[in-house]
Amino acid sequence: MAITAADAPTRVVTPKPAPPRRRSRLKMRNTLIGWSFILPNFLGFGLLTLVPIVVLFYMSFTNWNIFGTANWVGLANFQRLMGDGSFRVSVLNTLYYSALHIPLTIAVSLGLALLLNNKIRGVAFFRTAAFFPYITSIVAIAVVWNLLFSPEFGPINEFLRFIGIANPPGWLTSPDWAMIAVVIVGTWRDMGYYMILFLAGLQTVPRELHEAARVDGAGIWQRFVNVTLPCLRPTMFFVTVMLTINSFKIFDLILVMTEGGPGQSTLVLSQFIYRKGFMENQFGYASAAAVALFFMCIVVTVLQFLWNKKRSI
Amino acid sequence: MSGTTQTQSDLQTLALVAAEKPRGLRKLSGPSGDPGPKTSTEKTDPRRRIGRIALYAALTIFAIGLLTPFAWMVLSSLKSANEVFAVPIRWLPEAWVWQNYVDIWAKSDILTWIRNTLFLAVVVTFLQVLTGSFAAYGFARMRFRGRDALFLLYIGTIAVPWQSYMIPQFILLSNFKVSNTLWAIILLQAFGAFGVFLMKQFYETIPEELSEAARLDGLSEYAIWRKIMLPLSIPALASLTLLTFVNTWNDYLGPLIYLRNPDLWTIQLGLKSFVSNLYDTNYALLFAGLTISVIPIAIIFLLGQKYFVEGLATSGLKG
Repeated sequence: MAITAADAPTRVVTPKPAPPRRRSRLKMRNTLIGWSFILPNFLGFGLLTLVPIVVLFYMSFTNWNIFGTANWVGLANFQRLMGDGSFRVSVLNTLYYSALHIPLTIAVSLGLALLLNNKIRGVAFFRTAAFFPYITSIVAIAVVWNLLFSPEFGPINEFLRFIGIANPPGWLTSPDWAMIAVVIVGTWRDMGYYMILFLAGLQTVPRELHEAARVDGAGIWQRFVNVTLPCLRPTMFFVTVMLTINSFKIFDLILVMTEGGPGQSTLVLSQFIYRKGFMENQFGYASAAAVALFFMCIVVTVLQFLWNKKRSI
Repeated sequence: MSGTTQTQSDLQTLALVAAEKPRGLRKLSGPSGDPGPKTSTEKTDPRRRIGRIALYAALTIFAIGLLTPFAWMVLSSLKSANEVFAVPIRWLPEAWVWQNYVDIWAKSDILTWIRNTLFLAVVVTFLQVLTGSFAAYGFARMRFRGRDALFLLYIGTIAVPWQSYMIPQFILLSNFKVSNTLWAIILLQAFGAFGVFLMKQFYETIPEELSEAARLDGLSEYAIWRKIMLPLSIPALASLTLLTFVNTWNDYLGPLIYLRNPDLWTIQLGLKSFVSNLYDTNYALLFAGLTISVIPIAIIFLLGQKYFVEGLATSGLKG
């Protein structure tokens, strides 16, 4: 230790500080070059992401419509949202979807990752299979699953009848089951992706800890709870944050599978924004709903960050 | 902006929470990558054997659940129109109707859709990789005031869903007169924060000494980027290329909002319209179209699987 410390000054060649003026010119030059690297991307990013986000807040306080006329209306849009039954339904449905989709996806993808973290033949094949739904287009997924779920002719209900369920659910035609069907498809699509994250996380779990626990006589379940899960905490945190944001903004799956129906049983917040904005051209009002979505995502992300920080101390 | 696609925005969210300590592309060689200690007694232990069989059984059930929809799609594409809904369900076609794959080209504009989609995917991927890796060099290697704040802004927007700002973005692009042109999708997708993040993560694993040596040799920063960083970051570039291409190919929401003119439709929009306009409900034909739309992605994925997985895992983990 001491040797290294004594050695250090001789080995590290500290550059002589440049004269102040030259240094500031150098700084200036670096700044220019740095910006020149970032600028091509930043132009697009700033114009198409940052500017719209700022404009969004302004729009939510106006009655901006299709003709582009905008009058300041203060909080009127937000007051209207409070009394809007469809808005309330869409928020509740979004939360319902999230409450089902988040735990289910975590359980399934973690289970799959644990299975695939074994040294067995054919692991690569299973990993590919699990990942395949995630890269398939949403339209293909929707068409295929809609027919699989078909109450009369669909293979799923046929299978359910075969195993003795006389009255299988109507799935997408039933207000009670439509959201559950969407959750099933959503989980089916996403689990390969989260599985990859969990697999990567599992590889950071020290083998020695498992060995030590085994020597101490811990069973599989005890090792999972006391060794694997604590080591996976950072991964679990990422996955939860992502899953939450992605569940809150769920849109394309709903749009291609149910379009919000039957009735309003699968109407979600993003779709409410889309309807008000692009179908009814009430841009101001839709923006107020979009602000709600914005804050839902930000607040939950910040809360999860704080909670994670508290637990890691 | 590129939050249009599910995949990419997932990645971006990942980036948000993962933006601490950079690592290289995660090697996900799987458990097989590390043989670990294994004794011969483990192999012959009967309890272990049973466990292994149970494991395979569980995995097989999983795989069947995962792949059945695909099998059903492909098999249905080879049935006659009526047979798709045969009760009780028949898995294999009675007669293999390869004709569906001929008819789909004549009975729909699928050629136009594929051309549009391909054009978008190639241009978007090119721009994203170019501007992303260029900006990443600025963030990873240049030191200047405001750099870290700017990067924070980049990742901060990742927690903001595209759905929340799609309306002002649409109005903005309409004012530029680019809505209802393919340019809208290019602008929307090409400047994502994800590319910047992924490349920056990778650049930070390349030893600084390499650029230092090049600087002493008199290379400019731009030359260092082009001659040293780019060649060294080919795995990361491959990841980004594949992910962006697949995202653009599969994107549904962006084209739905911006591309009203049927001549501009992408394959996803086209097939969706095919579903709703199918008077004689020839689902077999539709399945042929869907299979055609999925196959290029499947091939790309199988060829570049390693880069896919490493790219995704990189985005997801800080260490």
